[in-house]
Formats: sequence, structure tokens, C-alpha cells
Amino acid sequence: MRDLYGRFGPWLSTVFLSLVFIWLAGMVLAPNLMMIDYALRPNLPPAAIGGPDDGYSLNNILYLAGEATHRAIFLKTIWASALVALVTFLVCYPIAFWMAQRATTGQLSVALLLIIIPFFINEVLRTLAWFIILAYRGPLNAVLTNLGLIDAPIRWQGDGGVLAAMVYAYILFMLLPIYNAIESLEKAQIEAARDLGASPWRIHTRVVIPHAKAGIATGFVFTFMLAAGSYVAPALLGSPGSRWFTEIIYNWFFEGGDWNRGAAYALVLLVLCLAVVLITLRIARVNLADVAK
Amino acid sequence: MSVADRIFRGLFVLYLAAFALYLFAPLIIMGAAAFNESRFPTVIPWQGTTTDWFGAMWADRAMWQSLWTSVLVALCVVVVVVPVGTAAALVLTSLHARARSFAYAVMVSPLLTPGVVIGISTLILWRQLGVGGGVFLIVLAQSTFIICYVMLMVMARLQRFDRTQEEAALGLGASRGMVFRRVTLPFLKPALLASGGLAVLQSIENYNTTLFVRGFETPLTVFIATKVRTGLTPAVNALALVIIVATVLGAIAYEIARRRQAARPRG
Amino acid sequence: MSHSVELAQIGMTFGTTRAVSDVSFKVEQGEFFSILGPSGCGKTTILRMIAGFIEPTEGRVLIGGRDMKGLGPNQRPTAMIFQSLALFPLMPVWENIAFGLEARGVGKAERRRKADELLRLIALEGYGDRMPGELSGGQRQRVAIARALAVEPGVLLLDEPLSALDLKLRQHMRAELRALQKRTGVTFIYITHDQSEALAMSDRVAVMSAGLLQQVATPRELYDNPATAFVARFVGETNAISGRISDVQDGRARIDTALGILSGRAGQGARAGQQGTIYIRPEALMPGDPVNALDARIERVDFEGAFALVHGRFADGAALAASVPSTRLADAPAPGAETRFGFAPEHAVVLGDA
Repeated sequence: MRDLYGRFGPWLSTVFLSLVFIWLAGMVLAPNLMMIDYALRPNLPPAAIGGPDDGYSLNNILYLAGEATHRAIFLKTIWASALVALVTFLVCYPIAFWMAQRATTGQLSVALLLIIIPFFINEVLRTLAWFIILAYRGPLNAVLTNLGLIDAPIRWQGDGGVLAAMVYAYILFMLLPIYNAIESLEKAQIEAARDLGASPWRIHTRVVIPHAKAGIATGFVFTFMLAAGSYVAPALLGSPGSRWFTEIIYNWFFEGGDWNRGAAYALVLLVLCLAVVLITLRIARVNLADVAK
Repeated sequence: MSVADRIFRGLFVLYLAAFALYLFAPLIIMGAAAFNESRFPTVIPWQGTTTDWFGAMWADRAMWQSLWTSVLVALCVVVVVVPVGTAAALVLTSLHARARSFAYAVMVSPLLTPGVVIGISTLILWRQLGVGGGVFLIVLAQSTFIICYVMLMVMARLQRFDRTQEEAALGLGASRGMVFRRVTLPFLKPALLASGGLAVLQSIENYNTTLFVRGFETPLTVFIATKVRTGLTPAVNALALVIIVATVLGAIAYEIARRRQAARPRG
Repeated sequence: MSHSVELAQIGMTFGTTRAVSDVSFKVEQGEFFSILGPSGCGKTTILRMIAGFIEPTEGRVLIGGRDMKGLGPNQRPTAMIFQSLALFPLMPVWENIAFGLEARGVGKAERRRKADELLRLIALEGYGDRMPGELSGGQRQRVAIARALAVEPGVLLLDEPLSALDLKLRQHMRAELRALQKRTGVTFIYITHDQSEALAMSDRVAVMSAGLLQQVATPRELYDNPATAFVARFVGETNAISGRISDVQDGRARIDTALGILSGRAGQGARAGQQGTIYIRPEALMPGDPVNALDARIERVDFEGAFALVHGRFADGAALAASVPSTRLADAPAPGAETRFGFAPEHAVVLGDA
């Protein structure tokens, strides 16, 4: 703090600190505290607030555990988000490795440009694009039927559609960290491993992946968090049988009219994401400072 | 090259092609559907080529209203996030190691918070204060995490800053204010412009956070998502195509400007 | 107003690290004063305390007799030239030079005129609109000097500004700096770890080690009459032979060493009966000289024209370095040979061991 004052003088330092304080206290901390407060209180008519029925309890959170449908949707959201992260990783890894170790400078700059362009485009539009492709009478079914791969059109909307669109939406968040990590691996290490007779599989599992661990963990964390918190893909591409946890939260707020339960569910989602972040980083021994880049 | 290598290489090229198809086919099909006469946006069957949908999009007053809302929000967001993000970066780089890593963790936490949670918590806090969803809350909720992006970009630039420049200016008699205005700020300018541009993009494309705090406003993303559920016509594709072309052109212009900047001799 | 700089018992502690302890000296108006010491000796800390970038934890800094406590770097009559130069890369050269004037509210036309004048002074006329990145190392160096001089400081503080230059340019800039100082009459305080730089340019030199002031003296005095063992070893080369001081009289000391009884001038702490060391400069050792005779085995002779550097070992195994004029070279045999060296007592100093 003294350093800040020494550097910018009292006036500017006060301005900077005030701005940061307003942000952290007013926009980050206070809303979350209020959300926790809501989550722990019952949903009461205005007249009863502060009355004998008002008080803190875990009822709203326990409601999630007791409600079979909600619980199932919650658990499904967790494993489906993990699946999204895994599939995204499998799709991205070969590309990232190729870009970092094999591609020429020209190929690399073209590849980077091609990968980044779709991500300048709105997530809603990207989801809309999948909505059109996956439509019952849409292009994908037409192509597959014409190729004779399927006899009748398939209803893609539902889990499959959501998975395809989410993987599509989060490729960049997985690809760039892994690419950056593999890029810092010396080519000589791979050559040395090959020279010592390691199979390609062994080279990847014993040399490349351990080296790129931090990047992979970062990619997983972001992809999981984005998938679990996504609303647009499940809302547009899901089916009644493939509801997502965020949709339930939305319903508590704008259809069920119980903000307290909504807040409790949102809190559970937040805690889940933070837990996944911290556990993944701990397992991969990555510092938080290295994540946000 | 052995046969196995050759097969492997061939398979990989196929994989690259499939990946490129995966990346671009959705966008191309979505764009192409804007020109199909069919009432539902698709490319199969092709019922005839038309540009009528662009006219329909142009004539849609609700679309213009939502575009205006999004632009207004984005401008307000830039005004909020650039100063705050810069201040955060400067405060953070002035802290000592211990305090710094803690403050850093706190300051990037909004990036690791799901967007819906940011929207919800903002909505709850301000309902308590008697403020409902609307442009004000959209700006506030979006800014909460967009500030992080600005902070990270400014910090990246600050890492290349030689702080003795500030001392030199001070030693020559400049006030702290003048040092900041004449030395620190000009150095940060490229990062400020870039982060401002990024903030506009982030704001306009945001959906998850905005959805909860929008009140009775309908920003562009909400408008499109609603159309998809309540009556999708290729007019929406026409809009999408316009947005895509605009963003890609913007991205290319930005990249060219950045490379030109990088090519300039540095002191 | 005079611009003498006086440090009164200043000390600086960073956390638990003691960077500077109890340093006092006075630099006179118009003096070229150097602070010499190895890296980490506290010399840069002292310079930054004079400039006002840090406040000393103890003692006072006075400039022109005025206590500088509480005054920031922008309120002191000092200007600093940094090791990295710290030119503003985004401003053209003339704006760099006129920055201090801008800070003082001088109008643009006047600033430009003054900048052009200074550019003439540093022989860079017409370079005003270039960017610093387009200049060579030596040119940037001169711009940094002009930028500091533009504010007409009473005291110019220089933090190893020549260290980034190559040898030839460095020697040229030394002469230029010295001439500039004489012409402007500004008090220069110059930090360096290069003893030849300090000796060649300065009116007086302060030698520091481990946060402590060792000696303040003219270059000649420093060389001929080092006050401490550190100064004797750090400034110039020396041959050090330890023993017990047997006798001190009339400014002469005799010291009983493993190589025999030697005599030299009595320096600080030289008292009879104490352990001490005699320091002999390489150029004082003459082959064949019968006074203060020392036996040594020659290992290597580097012929350098006017003189030759002779390396070897004394009889007790300590290293010998002698600089022998070419005219006397015939007396110094080839490597491998045993030779007797001697030195005149007035060219050696005996210091008591601390």
C-alpha cells in the first residue's frame, strides 16, 4: 500500500483504491453475501419478513437434496459438464499438439486465426447455428439419410445436441491453454524420448501430457465452469428430458417466484464450481495465478 | 517414411479437415440459410434464393430497439470497466508478493464464477435496495467480470513497463498527476484501447448474466434467443450474418492495427 | 544558492536488512564527487536518498544547508540520470529533454527553443523530432544528460550511467562528462563500481563497503594512503603481506613478517605489538632493489610496452603482482626463476588489522 502511495501520490492512490474497493466490495462481495443471505432464509410474503417465521436455515439447500427430479438434474449437470470438458479435451489435444510442435509458422498463424474467428461470434449465434443444423428436417439428418447411414431422421435435440454445441462453444478455452503449455516443451525432449524407443502413446502420456498438465487443468476448469453455468445451449437445444441445472434456477426466479430457493440453488452451483476449480488445481499442482491468462 | 507413418499422417490430415468442418460448417450453414426463401431457416430444401430476409430484418423495430439497448449497455460497460480494471492492475502491481497473490485470487474470482450466478447475486442485492432489472443492472453485472479481462490485459502490458521512467519524470519535477498522465498512461494506451474493444465484444455477446438482470429490457442476445423459441425466421439468420461479418471485419481490423503497432520501433 | 550536499549520519534499513549505516560526508558546491563500491554496498541507496525516492530511516540529508526531509524528488534541486537512462520511449527527443520544463509550466515555444539549445550543447542538433528508440547508445546517453540539465539542477545524480556502453565509448563519455561538469559548474554525484572511472573523473571519491563508509579522499590520496584494508585492496591492485607490527616511529612502521622485517609508512591503526598488514603497490616493487628485500618465484611475465606485469609467488606462497618499467626489465628474469624484489618504504603502507 505504501508502495502505491509512493508511486502515485495520495490523490491518485485514493482514486485507484476507491475504484477497486467499489468493485470488490460492492460488485463482488456484497452481491454474493446477499445471495447467501437469501439462500438461507425462507420465502415469505413481504408482511412476514422479520416475523417469527423468518430465520436462517438450510431448508432451501436441503430441498434440492430431497427433490428427486432436481437432484437428478443437478447430478446430471455435473457429470455432463465433466463429459463436455473431457470431450473438448479429446477434440482439442491433437490440434493443440500439432499447432505447438508440428505446424510451420505459416500454418500456425492460419490455424490460430481460423480457430479464433468463430469465438469472436456470440455464443447465442453459435448455438443458433447448431439449432439449424440439428433441426429434425435439417441439414445433418438430410446428409446422413442421403448417405444411407440412417433410415429415418434422428431427433438430435436433447443431450446429444447440447453436448455438440457446448464442445463447440468452449474449444478455444481448452485449446489455447494446452497449446501454450505444449509450446513451451522443447522439441528435443520428444525426439529424445523417440530416440530411446518410446512409442507415440508413451511419448504423449509420459512426456507431453505431464509437461502440459497446467494448461490441461486450466482448460478443464474453464470448460467445466462454463458448461455447468451455461444456459443458452440447454435452453435452445435441450429437450424436456435433458434439462440443465441453470434452467431450474431460472425457473425459481422467473416462473416459480421463489427467489430464496433460486438463490440457494445458485449458491450450490457456485460452490460446486469453486470446488471443482480448487480440487483440479490442487491435483494438477497449478497456482491460481497461472490460470487466468 | 514408413507405411504406418504415412497412414497416420493421412488420418491426421483427415482429422484436421473434420475439425475445420466442425468449426465452420455451422456458421456457413447459418449464413447461407439467410438467403433461402424457406420460412424456416435451413439450407435443405433450397426453395429459391432471396435477399428478402435482410429487408424483413431491417424493418423489424424490435430488433433495432434491442440493438440500441445492447450498444448503450456496451458503451456504459466500457466507461466502467476500463478505469476500474486499470486501477485494479495498478494496485495489484504495487502490492508486495504476499498480499499480491491473495488480492490476485480475489480479483480473478469473478472469472471463475458462473455467469448466471453473477447475474443472480446482482439482481438479489439490488432488489433489496429497491432497484429492479434494467440497463443499470445489466451494466453493473456485466462489468463485474469484464473488469477482470481489462485488469489482466493492463497487467500484461505493465509487465513490460520500466518503472524508472516514472521516477525519472518525478525527479525532473513532475507532479504525480503529470507522471501518470504523461508517462504511465501513454504507455498503457494500446492495452486500454484493446481492452475497451474486448469489453464491447464481451458485453454485446453476453447472455447468461444479462438474462437475469435484464428486467424488461431485451438486449440483442436475448432478442435472438427469444426468436429461436417463439418464431424463428431466416430474418434472424440475416441479422446473424450481419453481426458475424461485422465482428470478423472488426477482428481483422484490430489484428492489423495490432501488428502495425508491434512493427513500430520501440524505445 | 549554494548546492552543497551534506549527509549527516544517515542510515537505511529495509525490513531486516541494513543497507546503509551511519554515513556522513559533505560534497561541496561544484564538486565532481564519486561514490565507489562493489554492487550491494549501499551506494545506490545513498543516491536515491539524496534524490528523495526513499527517505533515510536515520539521519538527515541537507542540500545547500536545507534539510530535505519530507520533500519528494520533484521538490528537490536534484536531477538524476538512471543506469537504464529511463528515456520516455513514446515522446520525441525534444519532448524528453523539455519534460522538466513542461513540469514547471514553461510554454511550448520556449520549451522547444530550450530543447534545441541543449541539443546543440550535446552535439545532436536536428535530432529533436526523432524517437529515443531511433538513437544509438551514446546518443541516448547524451539525451539523458541533456534532459537532466534542462531543469538546471543544483545537483546532478548519476547512477552508473556509462555501464551499458562499450569500452571505447565509455572512455570518450568520461571525458565529455568531466568537461560538461567543469563548464556548467553543477555539483555531480556519481555512482560507480569501476574504480578507474572514479579515479579518472572525480575531485573526491567516497569508498563504501557493506553499507559502511570506508574513506572519503582525493583519488591520489585514496591510492597512496588507503585508510582501510578494504580500500587498499579495492582501489588499484596491491600486494598484501601480514605480520606483527614491531615498531612505529616518525610516521614509519616496521612489521615482522614470514618474509622478513619490512618497513613502510604507518597508516591507520598501526600500533606496535599489534597484528598488521603491509600493502605494496605493484609499481613500487622493483627487481633487484636491496631495501625491504622479498624473495619470489616468477610465474608469468605479460609485456605491455611501457611496462611489464610480473606475476609470481612470494616465498610463503602469497601471490605477487609487480609492474616493472620496460627499462628495468633486464633485471626481472624469465618465468620459473627466483628473483629478489624490493621497495622504497614511502611507497608502502602498514595498516593495523581490524
